Parts: sequence; structure tokens; C-alpha cells
Amino acid sequence: MTELTDLGVAAIRDGVRAGDFSARDVAQAFIARVSAAKPLNAFLVETPDHALAAADAADAAKAAGEDLKPLAGVPIGMKDLFCTKGVPATAASLILEGFTPTYESTVSGKLFAAGAGMLGKLNMDQFAMGSSNETSAFGNVISPWRRSDGGNAALAPGGSSGGSSSAIAARLCPAATGTDTGGSIRQPAAFTGIAGIKPTYGRCSRWGVVAFASSLDQAGPMARDVRDCAIMLEAMTGFDAKDATSLDLPVPKWEAGLSPDLKGKTIGIPKEYRVDNMPAEIDALWQQGIQWMRDAGAEIVEVSLPHTKYALPAYYIIAPAEASSNLARYDGVRFGLRDLPEGANLQDMYAATRAAGFGDEVKRRIMIGTYVLSAGFYDAYFTQASKVRTLIARDFEHAFEKCDYLLTPTAPSAAFALGEKQADPIAMYLNDVFTVPASLAGLPAMSVPGGLDAQGLPLGLQIIGRPLDEQGVLNAGLAIEQRAGFVARPEAWW
Amino acid sequence: MTDSTYTITGETGEWEVVVGLEVHAQVTSNAKLFSGAATAFGAEPNTQVSLVDAAMPGMLPVPNRECIRQAVRTGMAIDAKINKWSRFDRKNYFYADLPQGYQISQLYHPIVGEGSIDISLDDKNPDASGKTIGVERIHVEQDAGKLMHDQHPTRSYVDLNRSGVALMEIVSKPDMRSPQEAGAYLAKLRSILRYVGSCDGNMDQGSMRADVNVSVRKAGDEFGTRTETKNVNSVRFVMAVVEQEAKRQVEVIEGGGRIVQETRLYDPDRNETRSMRSKEDAHDYRYFPDPDLLPVELDDAFLEECRASLPELPDAKRKRYEAAGITPYQAAVLTAEVEAARWFDALLEAGAKPVAAANWTTSELFGALNRTAKSIETSPVSPTQAAELLGLVADGTLSGTLAKQVFEIMLETGQGAAAIVEERGLKQTSDTGAIEAVIADILAKNADKVAQYKGGKEALFGFFVGQTMKAMGGKANPQVVNELLKKALS
Repeated sequence: MTELTDLGVAAIRDGVRAGDFSARDVAQAFIARVSAAKPLNAFLVETPDHALAAADAADAAKAAGEDLKPLAGVPIGMKDLFCTKGVPATAASLILEGFTPTYESTVSGKLFAAGAGMLGKLNMDQFAMGSSNETSAFGNVISPWRRSDGGNAALAPGGSSGGSSSAIAARLCPAATGTDTGGSIRQPAAFTGIAGIKPTYGRCSRWGVVAFASSLDQAGPMARDVRDCAIMLEAMTGFDAKDATSLDLPVPKWEAGLSPDLKGKTIGIPKEYRVDNMPAEIDALWQQGIQWMRDAGAEIVEVSLPHTKYALPAYYIIAPAEASSNLARYDGVRFGLRDLPEGANLQDMYAATRAAGFGDEVKRRIMIGTYVLSAGFYDAYFTQASKVRTLIARDFEHAFEKCDYLLTPTAPSAAFALGEKQADPIAMYLNDVFTVPASLAGLPAMSVPGGLDAQGLPLGLQIIGRPLDEQGVLNAGLAIEQRAGFVARPEAWW
Repeated sequence: MTDSTYTITGETGEWEVVVGLEVHAQVTSNAKLFSGAATAFGAEPNTQVSLVDAAMPGMLPVPNRECIRQAVRTGMAIDAKINKWSRFDRKNYFYADLPQGYQISQLYHPIVGEGSIDISLDDKNPDASGKTIGVERIHVEQDAGKLMHDQHPTRSYVDLNRSGVALMEIVSKPDMRSPQEAGAYLAKLRSILRYVGSCDGNMDQGSMRADVNVSVRKAGDEFGTRTETKNVNSVRFVMAVVEQEAKRQVEVIEGGGRIVQETRLYDPDRNETRSMRSKEDAHDYRYFPDPDLLPVELDDAFLEECRASLPELPDAKRKRYEAAGITPYQAAVLTAEVEAARWFDALLEAGAKPVAAANWTTSELFGALNRTAKSIETSPVSPTQAAELLGLVADGTLSGTLAKQVFEIMLETGQGAAAIVEERGLKQTSDTGAIEAVIADILAKNADKVAQYKGGKEALFGFFVGQTMKAMGGKANPQVVNELLKKALS
């Protein structure tokens, strides 16, 4: 008998519908597993009552013979960047100490309206700034994976959605929300052997999501397979009049449209993604992925995205710039932490509060952002980076004249050990080199697990598609998933 | 077009004054610029604050179409270029009345471009002397909240009701050269805004405030360094600021100093400007396009609707009144405030003849309103009632004097003119027989004065007129009395 906690979103949904098990049984199984997994530090707050209430509602509807909602019976994790009514939201930062939103983010509200229950708020990199979940004010999230060398080094789950990726890989929840600004869904998915998709910019509402970089942030689902991602994404997507950047388009039926048949499709392989010192295993997986695409019926072409090497610098100018402004509201005046030393005036209070409340990486990015927007530097940095962004988007447009999807590795390495990349922030930023371009261009992009490296750690492959072609991206992902046959799972060390 | 001759006399000679005004006008709308919270003045603190206005985590701005519309209508009313494409930028700084830590404004691409406002420099003869003041641009931006420092010995209180209310920032070109020109520009701008209905212009409530930029120079020189005196909230104060600040600058320069480009505040009690604390200076606002908002794109249908919705504006109305024979002075008085102009238009529509109506309205009606401390909106006499009264004068039923009497009774009782005349028999009489009889009687009783008159004392004619009118209870037709008296005294 399969453990309930081994089931994914579709299996739970279908099982509850069929009456194979009760939603309450599912919820309780996950609740127990969550509370036994504290060493992972994936959850900041556990909300078993929320999950049980949703489960009971699903069971009641089933008993009454009503139609069940799309996610009835499915308990999920919620990245702590989403404001959830009545449940604290921290963005993994001390500066939001004591803040409990009186409002529900649009995306979390849609998931709950679709019948999902919340197991808890998931740990993350502070204010979504990081690629290893090492910048949380509440401690690192530790990946459930260990290297096969028996060394027991604690590994990074990726970031910023490290709590989400860790929890899913450890079977603490079948799915979770993440957000992706420069790769924060895709890279942690790759590090932990799960699937995650960042939709086209504007698909999911940003209302109620703590803002990091407004023109880049996108909510998205993380789950163990492509189908589950499609189901979650349908529930999360939709026009929101409260978000002026929200796309006013109908939500496609992505689950129903899934097909692993890529006949007639062309996959582009961008030559600039073959970086110097690329680990051989990553390259090998990439080649393997290309072959899987062929097996699925696709043509393969080489394409060029000439401005790729400028994407990371442009991102690390634009994102901090927007963040430096978005984070100005955390000032100790209206909510959250206030540090008011004896005799302090207003400016002193600002300085003390923000010094105490923000972590080092957050401070670093605020300072970078402030610098690149400052008089005398704005043109050289921000304006230039904005122009580069346009060129990068244009590169993709040209490439998509020759192909339907792009296939690349998701990350330049497997999961590294916690603490390994702390010496140099730039080394950490280089984690995003493959994911950032699609973010700058607002394109839909997904990571699916492709295989394991020599140390038994997951490696992911990324598919990037045209704007609004989430279906195509999901389908290409499904084609890889079916051929990769990735069934590896971390053995519980916790 | 006339150049002002205003100068400040310094020790080294005459100094010209250069003035530019940046006016912040709160937009008349039900909701704020980027949130649905209410904008009404005078609410209890923090009762008109949405989550967006309070800048809670995850909140996003959504533009209010009505605020955009009001800015476009205002631009059209000053003959300005409307920019079909404009964009919002963030102006970043920290202050407790600014919850976001930035103000959403429009620096790089404002919604309205260059326009102009005509001002008159001679109140008595408005057409004789005027000037065109250029407007650089109008953009929309968020207002900040309010801080109260006087509620507690060691605490300041923050009221966010005003946070996020839409402002139009109307930036003039540095075309003004005197306190009078600055005052005239501000008054005219206020009048236009009230005509358009895009701002109520209540400077005492803070719905309209001016930042006054002043510099001085010797004739023929380049512009001097300017200072900015912020948040001046009356026309009178603006004029005082121009004068005081120009004088101060002349003193500084002639004393060997330099003018520092800085922000100042006006102290009305001392009638002087003073520098704001230095930490306010040299702000780098790090403007960049707001990534939460799409550019504003206006289509032709929207622009047409805006244009069609504009009322007749003060200058056009004034010209129309003058073409109907009303004097420039009266036309200016009647069109200065939109409520008065609308009242007067209704009077004309009710059939009153323009010249007589203008004479009567500016003297009799406005006089009565002043005396009784009422405004045109609370006038006890309606345009229709006034038209009836004036009609009775036009058809000879009432003399001017009688009309004044009837008007007093209308004010007291609220009755209509015709009813009053009927009730009290206040018709004027042109009955020559009756008048002749009375005249004969008066002349007989004042034979000595008749002799004096005939001997050359012509001023006595007025005495005879007065006596005749008195004897007839004021009801004699003055023209007829004049004619008959002349005849009787010849």
C-alpha cells in the first residue's frame, strides 16, 4: 500500500474523488510528516488546522454528493512570501516580526478557493534574495538530499524557494507555491529533483506577494511532476484587477492539454549557454536531454542568443534597483519590527530598524540598487541594463523564429554544500546564469529532473518557451520526464 | 502684452524679479490616484486609508481613470499639449508621511506638456493690460499623508487619509516678474480649475498649494540662482513671498553673499521666508519608471470625451459678455468665480438684457450678498426671480429706485417681484396729469427756490426732483418727472 505521502497532487485529487481515501487521512499523514521533519527547517510556521479544515470541507462535499473543487483534498505548502490572512508572513526576515496580514494574497486565495489546504508557511531566502536558502533570518533550510560519498555534508536546497523544494522532495507536501524572480523556482527544483515552472510574466497576480523585483517576480507551482505543476498552475493563474501588470486572458486548460508528443516541434539549443568550465555531467545531461527531445519527435537546431553573457549583470542591476525601492516601506512606522533607541529621531529609527531587521544579503542588494539608481550612475547602470534587457528579449524573439522551445541545463552545478559559496557573493549569483535570461524576457520556463550526478544528486533540465506558451513548455517537460524516468528520492536522514 | 515694471530697489540699483510657480492641486475625484479609498476632506484620522495607501506588504497601485481624465481636461483648459503616451516614475525618499518610501509621480514623461494662461494686470480695465504666462507641464502624482507634531510632547502622529490622493502638479515657466503677476496667475489658475471642476481650489483646506520659485537679476543678466518656498497656501501669501524673498536675495547679494539653491518655508506671522533644515537639501530621488504600472496610453475617443466635457472657460465667457455690451471690468468680475458666472448665465437665459443684468448683478446682488454674508450659492434670490425683477424695470413698471425697494423686500420675504409690486402697488406712474399737479404744488410752495433756480442756481433742479419723488411716494417715473419739471421751470 503506497504511503499517502508518496502520492502527488493528481493522485490525491483523483483518490479523494474516487473515495479511495478521505481527505482528512491525507491531511493527517502530511501533518505528521511535517512535524517530524523539523531538522530540515523547511517550515517556519505549521498550520495543521488550516489543512484539516480544507480536508473536512472536501470530505463533506464528497459525502453530500457535490462536485469536488479542482484541488479538493490536496494539502500544500505556502512559501512565506505570500501574505496569508490571519497567519504570520515573514518573508524569512526579522523586519516583519509580528506582522500578520489581514488580507489574503490573490494566488493563495485562489488555491484555497480551489479546495487546497495549507500545511504551513515555508522557509525561504530572505525577501527572495538568494540561491541557496542561506539568507533566511530563521536558519538555513537543509536539503533532504545527501551526497552518496557518505560525508553527511548539509546541502543547499537551492533558493530562494528552498523550503518549498526541500518539503516537496522530502514528501512533506505534494506541492507548494514558489516565486521566481531570477530562477527561484527552477533552480531549487533542479537541486532537489522536482519540477517547477515560472509562467509568463503577468499570468499569476502579484497582489499580496511581498515584492522583491516587481518587473521580474512571478508566482509559480513546484511539485514532483509536470502534471501536478499543470494542475497547480491552472488554480494559481488568472487576471487580477488589483495588479496592473496582470494579464487579462482566459486560463488555458493546461492539464487537459498535456501531450509528450513533440512531432513537428523544433528545439533550439542556445550555444551561448555552453559556458566555460561547465561540469561534464551537466553537459552530458544536456546532450541526453537533446536526444530525448529527438525521441519525442522534435527537430533540433542550434540557435544563438548573443547577449546571454550580459544577462546576469543586467539582472543584478535591475533586480536590486527595484528591490531597493520596494523595500523602503519596511521602516518601523506602521507594522513589523521597530527599533527605537533612547532619544532617537525619525532617521535614527529608520537606521536602527533596518539595520536590525534586514539580513546581510538584503542590505547588500538594497545598497547595490540604491547605487545604480543614484544621480551620476543611473544612465551608466540602470539605463544600460534596461537596454540590455530589451536586447536579451529580442534575442529570444529571433531564436523563436527558428524553434519552438529552448533546452538548457537549469543550473551550472548540482546542489552545493551549505556554507560552500559564502565567501564571495558573486559566486552565489553565478548560480542563476541559466535561469536569469528567461526572467528578464518574461518568458515561461520550467525545470524538470533529468538525472543524478556522480554523487547521487539531482540535475535538472530547463525548457523555455514563447510568451504565453506554458502548454508547450509543460509538454516538452513531460517528454523529458517520461524518458528520464527519474524516480530517485532522498533517504530520510532527519 | 505688457512687460512688468516692478523692481526691487537695492543699493546697487534696480533688480528684476523672476518668478515661477509649481502648484499642487488635489484632483476632484471620488477615489485616490492608485487606490479606491475615499478622498473627502475632514474625515477622522486614518479612516480613509486602503492597504495600498498604507503600503502594506504585497500591495500594488492601480491607476484611477477619473484622475487621469481630470488632468487631461485641465491640460485642455489651458490649451496645453496632451501627451497620448506618459509614464509613472518613483520618487524615492524616506519620511513618515510617505508609507511606500517613494512617491509615484511622473518625471520623465508627464501627461500634459506646454500650455499657457492669460492674466490681466489691470483690475479696473482688464483688457487694457495683460500677459501670457507659459505653463511648462502638468503631471499627476500621489499626495503624502499628514504629520501632527502638536498632539503629544514626545510623539508625532501620522494621518494617512491624504496619502495617495491624486495631485496635479502644474509647473509654470519662469515668466512672472512681480508679486502682482504671481497673484494674478494663481488666481486665474484657481478659477480655471474650478470652472473645469478638476480641483476645488480650497487653498485654506490644502487642496491647492504653491511652491514659489524666486530669483533676482539686474536687467539684461542671465537668470539668477533661485530658491523655492514650499507649500504656500493663499494668493496673498504667494505675493508676500515673492516680495520678501526677492528683497532678501537682493540684500544677500549686495552684502557680498551668494544665493544658495535651497528650499524655504514661509512664516506668515513674521512675513519672512526661512531655510528648511539642511538635511532636506540635496536629495537624490533616484527616479526610475515604476515597474508596477503600465504606461498611460490615451486614445482619441477618450480625448474627445474629455474635450466635449469642458464647460465654457473664463476667458471665452468674458469675451462673450463683452460682445454683448457688458464692460470689461464687469465681465471680469462676473467670470472670476465659476459659481457667479453660472448664476449670471442662468439670468441671461431667463431673458434678462445683458447690460442691465450686469449692472444690477455686480452692484445690487453682490452688494446684498456681501451685506448679508451670503455667497452666490446661498443667494436668497434665484436667477429666475432676478430676471423677473429686471423685466419689470425694462417694461417701465418699475423705476430704478423702485426696483431697489422691491429687491429689498424680495430679500426679506423671498417673494417674487411681480407679486410684491401687485401687493403693495409699487408701480411707477407716468401719469402726466398727476405729476404735473404735484409739480405745480411743489413749485408753489417753494417760490423762493424757483426764483433762485431761474436766477442761475441750476443745482436746485435736483431739489425739485427729490421733492416731487417724495411727494409721489417714489413712484413717479423719473424721466417723466424730469421732462415735466423742465417744462414747468422754463
